[in-house]
Amino acid sequence: MTVDQIIFLVIAAGTLIAAFRVVTTGNLIHAAFWLIAALFGVAAIFAILHASFLAVVQVVVYIGAISMLFIFAVMLTRKDMRDQGPQLNRNWGFGAFLAALAFAGLVFLVHGWSGVAKTASAFPSDFDAVGALGNALVSPDAYVLPFEVASVLLVAALIGAVYVAYNRK
Amino acid sequence: MDFLKDPLKVAADWLLGIFSGWGMPDLWAQVLIGFLGIFILVALLMVLDIFLVWIERKVVSRFQSRIGPNRLGPFGLIQPFADIIKLLIKEDTTPEGADRTLYNLAPILSMMSVLILWAVVPLAPSILGVDLNIGVLYIIAAGAIGTLSIIMAGWSSNNKYSLIGAFREAAVMLSFEIPMLTVMLIPTIFAGSMGIGAITQAQDTWNFFLAPLAAVIFLIAAIAELGRSPFDMGEAESELVSGYNIEYSGMKFGMFYAGELLHAFTFGGFWAILFFGGYRFFGLEQVSAFLAIAILFFKAFIGYWIIMWVKYTLLRIRIDHMLAFNWKFLTPVAFVLLMTTALMNALLADASNWLYIGGMFLSNILVAWISLEVARSASRWERERVEGTGYAARRTE
Repeated sequence: MTVDQIIFLVIAAGTLIAAFRVVTTGNLIHAAFWLIAALFGVAAIFAILHASFLAVVQVVVYIGAISMLFIFAVMLTRKDMRDQGPQLNRNWGFGAFLAALAFAGLVFLVHGWSGVAKTASAFPSDFDAVGALGNALVSPDAYVLPFEVASVLLVAALIGAVYVAYNRK
Repeated sequence: MDFLKDPLKVAADWLLGIFSGWGMPDLWAQVLIGFLGIFILVALLMVLDIFLVWIERKVVSRFQSRIGPNRLGPFGLIQPFADIIKLLIKEDTTPEGADRTLYNLAPILSMMSVLILWAVVPLAPSILGVDLNIGVLYIIAAGAIGTLSIIMAGWSSNNKYSLIGAFREAAVMLSFEIPMLTVMLIPTIFAGSMGIGAITQAQDTWNFFLAPLAAVIFLIAAIAELGRSPFDMGEAESELVSGYNIEYSGMKFGMFYAGELLHAFTFGGFWAILFFGGYRFFGLEQVSAFLAIAILFFKAFIGYWIIMWVKYTLLRIRIDHMLAFNWKFLTPVAFVLLMTTALMNALLADASNWLYIGGMFLSNILVAWISLEVARSASRWERERVEGTGYAARRTE
């Protein structure tokens, strides 16, 4: 086993444990902080895959903004942070079955793929991943349309939020 | 001569020779040297942090026409060490009903969010932790972890004052991140790269002369991000006792305090790096790496001094005024400035150097003037509406 593999296994195990604690812990705030730990693990996996831009954006957007929103929402809406109800509802058996099925399907797909046993070829030393991503986002024969549609969607959400919250005097 | 130019590489090679002599595999020796490098950098920063306490107290005493610490040692230099001993031997209290794990984790995260910033600081042409090609975003990401530590501290203390302080501070930090990131993209436009090292290298002319307005907006946003006066909402003493860190005592409080000071110094450094050429000063940085570090620290201390100057001169602004100032003034100005700079950069791409600098400078001044005029007419409109005079009042009748 190489050093890279050991680092990956440690981070992946940490991410999975954190994700598991998100759904099993009884305290909602703790669940939010475990979620942050899981998202941080995903950022670390992006980093070891040399996707530094995605790693940092993961931290800025998910930990810096979305998790913070979760924490605010939980703190402002609950008087008691401890969730009193049962952790599982009636559909847990069906949910577990679906999850197992999805996992089995993924394992089957990855197993059948020829690239799974290969080591990734190293990046050329002057490869500019951020520049390539930026060009792909604005070039007409790549992703400019999805990028613009997503931007319009976000602006619409922003205007909608302002309209809902606006207090007419 | 090699040692003066690139001391880290010489030292690393020397250590590698020693470790190989002990029969250590190359890979392990490299990892060990990397850890040693991080350890030395962090240790030096913490020692600097101790003296920052002294500097802060001395400077504030001068601003307030006092003398400051002057009993222990020459100029009171031993005072911070006495403070540390006091902090270490103080009773470590945990409030009842506190969330123990998060309560203890928060000061560590707070300090960490500052220390990880130094991974991307280019101290000299040859001394740079990591030359991340997304360094600018990395700074914002580290700030996100700082916000997290504050909300953690505020919630886990089981105290309503600390929770209110944490909410306010988090709201401020989240909102001021936006103009900060936007103006940090302006040096990125000039350098053609988001890497902090590349931004320093590209500044043949200091970015301040190309984008003075961006430098000012960055400073305002940085002060808000630091939670210092006039934006010290999180620990407004007169309203919240001490805000998010109220329940902490001993070294845990010390971690927050030291983190805040080092954070202020670090942002002074980033201000210098992004807008004042970093370690560059008329080619002096090429003479020796040590001289480059000295130049960067000198500039960083000037930035830190300006942050202190603002802190001890201005009064605290009310939270709604502060957020309105950010969302209705700073953020739009930053966006307009970014668009203007990108446009001017494209228009002046083939222009001579002097024309480029002049065009950029004038466009900044123009944006600043127009935005101030708009803000002034908006405030006049508001005042006339409240006072019931003028056109606005007549129209609403």
